[in-house]
Amino acid sequence: MNVGKKDNGNSGSGSGGSRISSKGRDVRMMELEGSVEKDRIKERGRVGKSRYANISEYGLQTYLLIAVCVSVMVLTVLLVNVVLNGVERLSPNLLFNYASSNVDEAGMRAAILGSLYTVALAIAIALPLGIATGLYLNEYGGGNLVSRMVYATLTNLAGVPSVIFGLVALSFLSYTLGLGRSIIVGSIALAFLVLPLITVTTIESTRMVPSTHRLAAYALGARKYQVVFKVVLPQIIPTVLTSSILALSRAMGEAAPILVISGLIFVRRDPLSIFDEFTVMPLQIYNWVSRPQQAFIELSAAGIIVLLLILLTLNVIAIYLRNRIQRRVVE
Amino acid sequence: MNRNIAIAAIIAAVAVGVVVGVIGTVGIGTNTKTAPTTPAGTSAPTAPAQVPTQTPRLSGSIVIDGSSTVYPITEVIAEEFSKKYPDVKVTVGISGTGGGFKRFTIGETDINDSSRPITDKERAAAKENNVRWVEIPVALEGLSIVVHKDNNLFPNDCVSIEELREIWKPDSTIKKWSDLNPAYPAQEMRLYGAGPDSGTFDYFTEHVVGKARASRTDYIPSEDDNVLVQGVSTDRYSLGYIPLAYAEHAQDRLKILKVSKEKNGECVFPESKSVIQGKYPLSRPLFIHINYDKMQSRQELKEFVLFYLSNAKSAVEKVGYIPLSDTYYKDAIRLINEGRYTPDDDTTFVSIYKEGL
Repeated sequence: MNVGKKDNGNSGSGSGGSRISSKGRDVRMMELEGSVEKDRIKERGRVGKSRYANISEYGLQTYLLIAVCVSVMVLTVLLVNVVLNGVERLSPNLLFNYASSNVDEAGMRAAILGSLYTVALAIAIALPLGIATGLYLNEYGGGNLVSRMVYATLTNLAGVPSVIFGLVALSFLSYTLGLGRSIIVGSIALAFLVLPLITVTTIESTRMVPSTHRLAAYALGARKYQVVFKVVLPQIIPTVLTSSILALSRAMGEAAPILVISGLIFVRRDPLSIFDEFTVMPLQIYNWVSRPQQAFIELSAAGIIVLLLILLTLNVIAIYLRNRIQRRVVE
Repeated sequence: MNRNIAIAAIIAAVAVGVVVGVIGTVGIGTNTKTAPTTPAGTSAPTAPAQVPTQTPRLSGSIVIDGSSTVYPITEVIAEEFSKKYPDVKVTVGISGTGGGFKRFTIGETDINDSSRPITDKERAAAKENNVRWVEIPVALEGLSIVVHKDNNLFPNDCVSIEELREIWKPDSTIKKWSDLNPAYPAQEMRLYGAGPDSGTFDYFTEHVVGKARASRTDYIPSEDDNVLVQGVSTDRYSLGYIPLAYAEHAQDRLKILKVSKEKNGECVFPESKSVIQGKYPLSRPLFIHINYDKMQSRQELKEFVLFYLSNAKSAVEKVGYIPLSDTYYKDAIRLINEGRYTPDDDTTFVSIYKEGL
């Protein structure tokens, strides 16, 4: 008898669901009456259940599968397109040479190093800041007006066009604070660009931590900071690291804020300190793709392949680290 | 079994993606790759590379920013210059002519790549910050009027400035080809042109429409000239204006029109000869603006400017623009060597380039 009730609850979607649930109420009432009647109705209920459940089960599954196929297909088209266009231009020069006007000699060395420095620094700034903000808002701010406003501001920040971050960083950091058009300014701009992503993930995953865990810790005499750092933080780290992978990819592909802050393409030396001028891969690619010569357009495709490979490598490293940390937390 | 179906579907999606991707790329490829594959870079390196490295005593750093149109020329020069003088650090940016001038007029940069002369506002800003400058034309850029490859409507493939003005002026009534000439088909005329942030737009409106920045707005604008090439070459009833270098590299896909100053006037095809001689009506000079006081005091900067002018011809040809006359470059070098130029005077070099016409 309970079986019928449970099923109704599970498949309770759309109009079909509500019809079944009214039937389920009938079933419950019938339970008090004769058993023959009850069995017959139960039988009917099961038939109804399987028909609707089958449709929703397979319908949903097909829909999900189509969704996966569409995104996989689009991604494949893009990848194949880029690879076919650029594969002929792939060469070690692309990694080891500086910018050049000769297609065969041109490389992205300064841009690759610039990208790596900038993005690494940006993540190093955004990650502790984002986690701390998220923890505070959820564990200490606890739904008061101010923290709700901060939360709303953060989600709005995620929708601000990235070039605005570049403009603000340029006027405030480069000129007011006199940091110049340097790597540090670029990374701070990128850090704030990805900050909402990390903070919102932190807040959401902190909410997922069962309150029983916190209460158990309190019951054992833990202080609040101990609960936050020893109970909550370890549980959210894997999710937050996932968001940092997304943040990394986002920061790596940004051209607009860096175009405003640095604007440089032609740099023929490696960036050494965080106060050096720099350029990044998307800028270099953007410059190549907008040239009249077909060869440079092919070169930009090769540049995109290099960018993707570097991104892939970084993501693999990040995922490996996350899984290690996750295992340690579970143990 | 379900899992098998799912895997099969995803594999099928990948396969479809590969096929579409290949077709898409090869489709574009047949259009472009058969094009005269002049990998502009592979041609002979510019002359100065062969010059045995002279005493690399110069050091310092030269900061250049400005127009992305002028950038390719400066890139060639900067590259060769850093090979010759490895201790001089040269950086070149692409903040745009206006964006570059903002930095130049506060003395932040040494040279500004400019696709137009300095404006009054920028003069004032420079004056306020005690920045004195020298304006030197370094190359010419032709602006081409293009239509679809199979468009034979214009007699002799020639269009007059007057017709262009009728087409492009604000609130133009020409919507269909037949509005321009009743003999043309009644097909919608789709227009392609530079976006309003580009120097090309400023130039075109000023010299064709007659008023700077006045243009009809119902056309397809793009800051990316390759997009315009793509648009015109796939649109049977299109007309557009794009920088000559882009049109020349896509000559197998679109048609470059001749242009006449007046109706029934002499039709001139845009090519280096007609542009240098000033016969082709739509061409503009590209400049570098140099900080006067820094050039006086810093040997490496003066050397760079001289290097720029003596190698400009090969560099400009290499990147697809049109060089000024040989005499102009020689005269300009002499002026600099003899110090015969005054700050904040935009006539010195421009006049000797105009004399050469």
